[in-house]
Amino acid sequence: MTAPAIELKGISKAFGPVQANKDISISVQPGTIHGIIGENGAGKSTLMSILYGFYKADAGEIFIKGQKTLIPDSQAAIRAGIGMVFQHFKLVENFTVLENIILGAEHGAMLNSSLSNARKELKHLAEEYGLNVDPDEVIENLSVGHQQRVEILKALYRKAEILILDEPTGVLTPAEADQLFRILDRLREEGKTIILITHKLREIMEFTDTVSVMRRGEMTATVKTSETSPEHLAELMVGRKVLLRVDKKPAEPSETVLDIKGLRVVDEAGVERVKGIDLTVRAGEIVGIAGVAGNGQSELLEVLGGFADGTGEITMNGTALPLTGHGADGQARRAAGISHVPEDRQREGLIMEFAAWENTVFGYHHSPEIQNGILMDNNGIYTEAEAKMQRFDVRPPDPKLAAKNFSGGNQQKIVLAREIERNPDLLLIGQPTRGVDIGAIEFIHQQVVNLRDQGKAILLVSVELEEILSLADRVVVMFDGHITGERVASQTNEKELGLLMAGITDTSAVANGNGGNENSTQEVHADG
Amino acid sequence: MDFLTLLQVLDTSVRLATPLLLACLAGLYSERSGVVDIGLEGKMLAAAFFSAAVAFYSGNAWVGLLAGVGASVALAVVHGLASITFRGNQLISGVAINFLAAGMTVLVAQSWFRQGGRTPPLEGDARFNPIELPFAIGPTDAAAADRPLSQLIAEAGPLQQFYSELISGHSSLVYLALLTVPFTWWLLFRTRFGLRLRAVGENPAAVDTAGVSVVWLRYAAVLLCGVLCGVAGAYLSSALQAGFVKDMTAGRGFIALAALIFAKWRPVYALWACLLFGLFQALELRPDIIENVIGLKVQVQLLGALPYILTVVILAGFVGKAIPPKASAEPYIKER
Amino acid sequence: MDKMPKWADIVLIPLISLFLAAFFSALVILAIGENPIAALKLMVDGALMRSAGWGYTLYYATNFIFTGLAVSVAFHARLFNIGGEGQAMLGGLGVALACLYIDWPHWSLAILGASVGAACFGALWALIPAYLQAKRGSHIVITTIMFNFIAAAILNYVLVELLRPVGAMDPASAKFPEAVHLPTFQDMFSTEGSKLFRGAPANVTFFLALLACLVVWVLIWKTRLGYEIRAFGESETAAKYAGISPVRITVIAMLISGALAGMMSVNTTMGESERLILNSTEGAGFIGIAVALMGRNHPFGVLLAAILFGFLYQGGAELALWTSIPRELIVVIQALVILFTGALDNMVREPLEKLFIAMRRRNA
Repeated sequence: MTAPAIELKGISKAFGPVQANKDISISVQPGTIHGIIGENGAGKSTLMSILYGFYKADAGEIFIKGQKTLIPDSQAAIRAGIGMVFQHFKLVENFTVLENIILGAEHGAMLNSSLSNARKELKHLAEEYGLNVDPDEVIENLSVGHQQRVEILKALYRKAEILILDEPTGVLTPAEADQLFRILDRLREEGKTIILITHKLREIMEFTDTVSVMRRGEMTATVKTSETSPEHLAELMVGRKVLLRVDKKPAEPSETVLDIKGLRVVDEAGVERVKGIDLTVRAGEIVGIAGVAGNGQSELLEVLGGFADGTGEITMNGTALPLTGHGADGQARRAAGISHVPEDRQREGLIMEFAAWENTVFGYHHSPEIQNGILMDNNGIYTEAEAKMQRFDVRPPDPKLAAKNFSGGNQQKIVLAREIERNPDLLLIGQPTRGVDIGAIEFIHQQVVNLRDQGKAILLVSVELEEILSLADRVVVMFDGHITGERVASQTNEKELGLLMAGITDTSAVANGNGGNENSTQEVHADG
Repeated sequence: MDFLTLLQVLDTSVRLATPLLLACLAGLYSERSGVVDIGLEGKMLAAAFFSAAVAFYSGNAWVGLLAGVGASVALAVVHGLASITFRGNQLISGVAINFLAAGMTVLVAQSWFRQGGRTPPLEGDARFNPIELPFAIGPTDAAAADRPLSQLIAEAGPLQQFYSELISGHSSLVYLALLTVPFTWWLLFRTRFGLRLRAVGENPAAVDTAGVSVVWLRYAAVLLCGVLCGVAGAYLSSALQAGFVKDMTAGRGFIALAALIFAKWRPVYALWACLLFGLFQALELRPDIIENVIGLKVQVQLLGALPYILTVVILAGFVGKAIPPKASAEPYIKER
Repeated sequence: MDKMPKWADIVLIPLISLFLAAFFSALVILAIGENPIAALKLMVDGALMRSAGWGYTLYYATNFIFTGLAVSVAFHARLFNIGGEGQAMLGGLGVALACLYIDWPHWSLAILGASVGAACFGALWALIPAYLQAKRGSHIVITTIMFNFIAAAILNYVLVELLRPVGAMDPASAKFPEAVHLPTFQDMFSTEGSKLFRGAPANVTFFLALLACLVVWVLIWKTRLGYEIRAFGESETAAKYAGISPVRITVIAMLISGALAGMMSVNTTMGESERLILNSTEGAGFIGIAVALMGRNHPFGVLLAAILFGFLYQGGAELALWTSIPRELIVVIQALVILFTGALDNMVREPLEKLFIAMRRRNA
């Protein structure tokens, strides 16, 4: 057996009191695709950052092709033949493809010779791996998929033998993702070693040769992909057999609360993100919007929540809502009975530097009951915050603590407490359990279902299919700004939704109509 | 207005534009690397004092220049520490540097010379004297003919007038400043260093992951900025004028900043912007000329404020949009 | 958990920064051949040991309270208003117009009128940069710098061409009428037997400044507007989510900031020179930056920092009078304070945070 392309022995890394990596050992054979799977915060990214020289490990050794190697910075990683494709691309947007590729790997001090060399080399790489990109195009004019290709080309141009990809499909359409994996296959055939970091079980099962599972900073197992199953991997990821089946009765929807007709949204860059959709949400039901991130779901929520403009018609309880201007801001939406748990709680839902008590009225700070003449009734707000935090089991239950000092799950509970206790007619909730620990997920899901059972309308957006399938009553799939299909949650499955999410509306081959197959287990296992 | 008067105004414009141009290019290096510098004024002022003081003691303008550059670079290092190493607020750092220079120059001047915060006047080789280009009519010709220089030039043909009045007769630093423009263009757009410098101002993470040190690139840019500000300051006190007086930069650092925005952070545009602002300053000295040309009395205050007003208009995006480098004023914090 | 207890952030860091600034200033004094201890003693004697000294210290402090509050209100919205100087200049114009062209029966009414004039002119001068920032994305730091120069040009023009009395040489307005003379501390606190605050310019405007501190404190921490300003300052995306209009907050915060900076001129123009002069602001708009940084953007901190800078100003004047140390020493101190409390904050903070974490670990 040849020496492993890369071998880590006993890597540990702590950030203050948080042990991000604990004694991690892993060995990757050359010419293979090795998957690393784990929940958010399991320590995958930290491990790869150590490998790429971004962080220094507290303990442990790295071997490249059997040679012990020190990687103090990115330069050393590049010299060792490691290339990295980050989740968020590291490209200079107003540079051309060629300029980005040579940056840091120029031949000599003059640009002209570097550029002409790179042009030749690029042509060669494009032919060899099927990586076609116009070398003179400026990055900001390229699609996300092509930008990612530039990142791969950058690594190959630097003669990378080992390519690390961190959540590469998070921003890709299914078609782009397929192309990516074809390219990765090609690279593997050419003898490159690929490390694929993902939390998507499907990608691991379909494309990797071996897989390592991480949980809470530890490597729980490394297995051959052909010898494992999704269920087994899920169990390894979360540490216990989870069947977070949400306990709920069948929905009893009544009158229409939200009615959307022909909604279009154009983002700040002038790109149309929502391309004319019709949607209704009735009282007493949870409508889940499924889709790959970036297909218009976020913009839909933003327009409904009042922080993006749109065109079309939206009626709430029979009254038309304005879609632009002052009457369409968050204040107006709240007055119309819409509460909103936003997708990004740290950037939108909370002021991280504010104390918890101040956050419990964020967005509702104009409400008459918390005013005391021209001043805010800070004492009243504080007392009420204390009670709210008790009811929603926020830990630690200290209203004076700044929001940034709570864990993700507890931050989400603060937002949820604020939004649910306003007794809205319609709750918008985006990525309710992203970055939330398993224990809190159950609680959050239960709160949402309770609200539904009180006869409220709920619009749920999540990129986690499992969450959509277990929580929603009705599932609407969005692709490229359109609604590509609508299904009853109990009568569909992941495969069918997956096709719809890829824009394929003919799902007769996989739809079985009688309650899903083995893939629709309502487990919550990925990305807790 | 006759041709000779025009030449005289343009000649003054060039001389007044020179410190602006040097400071503007200084700012260009810094800001292209993502470090905003509103401390150009302070660095120029410090350089103006130390170059004049050392030129006075040494009797050599070039030694003075070195001292001025040294003072300016020292302040640039402070700015680098604050904005690069300690990831502080670059704007606040710039403000502090301006005050530091304003205070220190007077304090030291008073301590060394006891003339109310000024240096003694510089004479002879302690100044950068005008260079007479070949075939131009200059003071030597005037001495030889024993007639005033102005008379000789007035009698010459238009081409000779143009050459002698406008092109010839500046100090070496003026020509140096003009040469810095193509050099900067070449460095920025034709070399590896330039590529990396522009990249670090747009997306430092891209530079970092490519294995190039963000910190050193930015320090290099900030130091270059210090050097050019130093030359600008030395020019003020030992070429444009003969000695240092308190607050002698008189807002030129900010006009240079305005010119930089006006030039959209491009070297050749910077030249035109600085010449334009230099022209405003030249006209401020000769309000009678405008009155003669357009037949309207223009307030000198308006001329003085014009660079600032134009910059606000440009910033407001009413006439072409000025988009600064994307990573401007943001300290680089390594994160994934 | 926070890395440090709150008191360390609020008290310890400014004190360490101040100490560093003082240390370097002492080095500077040593370098120019004077004795820093003697200099400090002279400053304390001149500024704090006599009532007249206090009269100057508090006069300067009044200016710095206004400009410090101006900078800090804008800071809460994460707007760096570097234009306090220009706003104060135009505020002076507002004061002068109110004093010269309105026939006031009594100073108490006049000071209200002049304050309104100062606030309106200052706010107006902040409005344009605010609008350009909010609507056109023009960086407020650059525009306010530019507006300082434009304000100076305007004031110069107005004084030279419009307000200068016929025949007068210096660019200044006519003397204000006697009716608008503000009571000085000497007028207010001297008794038959003892003359207090003799000849010092501190006047009733100081109490207006104290009132401004209180109003700003209530505004920022007790009202919805303050809540919105702080929320917007911490996170613009979150503010949008909550229905807080960025344009509205940017404009309002800058209007308040400009108004406060403008009101400084009530003290200088109406309380001291009693006519509008060219350089009445004397850089106080910029000292506001140091005061706000030092006072951690809290009105109480601003008050203390303003008094500190008032002391430095008056003490510096004493030094210039009795030693060969020029007044510019305070400019150096001011620069060092801005440098250490503002730009080099992390240099002080990071080691301190490590220290606290280490202490906590040992105690745990």
